[in-house]
Amino acid sequence: MRAFLPDYAIQAPGTLDEALRMLAAEPGAWTPIAGGTDLMVLFNAGRLPGRRLLDLSRIYELRGIEDDPSRLSLGSLITYTELLEQRAVHQFFPNLVKSARATGALAIQNRGTLGGNIVNASPAADTPPSLLAYGAEVQLVSARGSRWVAYDAFHQGYKKMDLAPDELVARIRLPKPQGLGFHFYRKVGTRQAQAISKVCLAAYARIQDRVVTELRVGLGSVAPVPLRARRAEAAVVGRALDALPIEEARRAVLEDISPIDDIRASAHYRQVVTGNVLAQMLKELGAARTA
Amino acid sequence: MPETITLTLQVNGARRTVDTHPMARLLDVLRDGLRLTGTKEGCGEGECGACSVLLNGRVVNSCLVPALQAQDGVVVTVEGLAEGEALSPIQDAFLVHNAAQCGFCTPGMLIAADDLLRRCPNPDKEQVQAGLAGNLCRCTGYSKIVDAVRSVARQGEVR
Repeated sequence: MRAFLPDYAIQAPGTLDEALRMLAAEPGAWTPIAGGTDLMVLFNAGRLPGRRLLDLSRIYELRGIEDDPSRLSLGSLITYTELLEQRAVHQFFPNLVKSARATGALAIQNRGTLGGNIVNASPAADTPPSLLAYGAEVQLVSARGSRWVAYDAFHQGYKKMDLAPDELVARIRLPKPQGLGFHFYRKVGTRQAQAISKVCLAAYARIQDRVVTELRVGLGSVAPVPLRARRAEAAVVGRALDALPIEEARRAVLEDISPIDDIRASAHYRQVVTGNVLAQMLKELGAARTA
Repeated sequence: MPETITLTLQVNGARRTVDTHPMARLLDVLRDGLRLTGTKEGCGEGECGACSVLLNGRVVNSCLVPALQAQDGVVVTVEGLAEGEALSPIQDAFLVHNAAQCGFCTPGMLIAADDLLRRCPNPDKEQVQAGLAGNLCRCTGYSKIVDAVRSVARQGEVR
C-alpha cells in the first residue's frame, strides 16, 4: 500500500541552528531525512511511521571534512560516493572504502549518507563494522549543546541509540591508525551488489615486534546491533603473529554474537560463517608482512 | 500541512516548473507532472534501477528522492540523451547489439551506462558490471548490454 501524500509533510531548514530549534520545540515530532535510501523505501511501502520529515540535506554544517594529522572528521551528510573520493579515507581507512563499495550500488552510494547509515541503526548496515574497527566517535548536537560519544557505546539495543529526540549526528571522527597496521573487511551476502549482508566483519590490528598490540573487530548482522567482538579481541591481543589462537578466538566470538534466523540466513549459518570469516582474518593477520 | 510547492528543475537542459507535493517522488514528478514517461518504475524500493536519472550529475533512483530534495536541481532523463533525432552513441550501441528485449530496464540502463562512460571512458568488463550493478534486467542475461557499453568504449579509444 502506497503512502498517502497529504498525510505527510517535509520541511528543509537551511541552517543547523534552525533545524535544532525545530527539533527542540517539538522533540520526537520530526523524522530527520538525509539521503532517503532507507526512509523512502518505507515511505513508498506506506510503512514510514513518522509523518513530519526534517530534510537535513541543505544544512552545510553537516558537510565537510577535516583532515588533521591525528584524525579525520567527516560531516554526517557525507555520501558513500564522497567517502570513495577522499584520499585520506583510502590512505588511512581502507575498510571504510570497502564498506562504501559494498553498500547497495552506485545510485544508492550517490545518495546514502554515513550519518544515515548510523542512525538508521540496521544491524546489517555495511559501514558500522568498519567504524567499530577504527574506534570511531560520533558528535551529537542539539539546541542544548554538543557531545561526543564512542561509537561502540552508541547502539544500545535493536534500533535503540544513545540519541535524544532533539539530537542530530553531526560528525563522525576517526583516529588515524599509527605505526604498522592490518586492515580486514569482508561482507558475506548473496551477491556483490545490492545484497544485504548475512555476516559482515571488519578488523583493524596494530602490530609491534610481530605481536598484536591492539585489535578491534566490528561485526554486522549477527546481533541486534552492530557490535565489537570483545571476547575474540581479548583472545588475540598480546599474542605473537606466529601463534595466533585461531580456534580459541573462534570459540570466543560465539560468545560475542547472538544471531537470529531470518529471511537472509539462519542463526546456525551466521555462527559458522562468523567463525570462518574471523579465522580467515586471523590467518591473513598471521601472514602479515612486518618488515 | 503544506499541500504543494512549486518545484523548479532544469530537466534535459530546459527550465521547468511544476506544482507538486513536497514528498512526491521525483519519479512521479517526471512521469506525471512533466509527462516524461521514459523513466520507469520497477520495484519502487531502490533495488532495480529502472527509475535511474541523473540528479546534479549523479545517478540516483528517482523513486527514492522526495521532490523537495530535488528543488533547483539539474535532472537528465533518458529523453535527454539523444540530440533531436540523433541517438547518442550508447543508444546506437544498444540497438546494434540488441541490448534491449522487453525494454523496461533500458532507460535506466542507458542512464547508468552513459554516466559510467563519462566517468570511465574505456571500462573493462568488470567496470561495466560494477557501473550497471544497480540496474536489473530480467531478459537479456546482461551480456548484450555489457557488449553494447564496451563497444562505445572501444570507439572512444579509436577516435
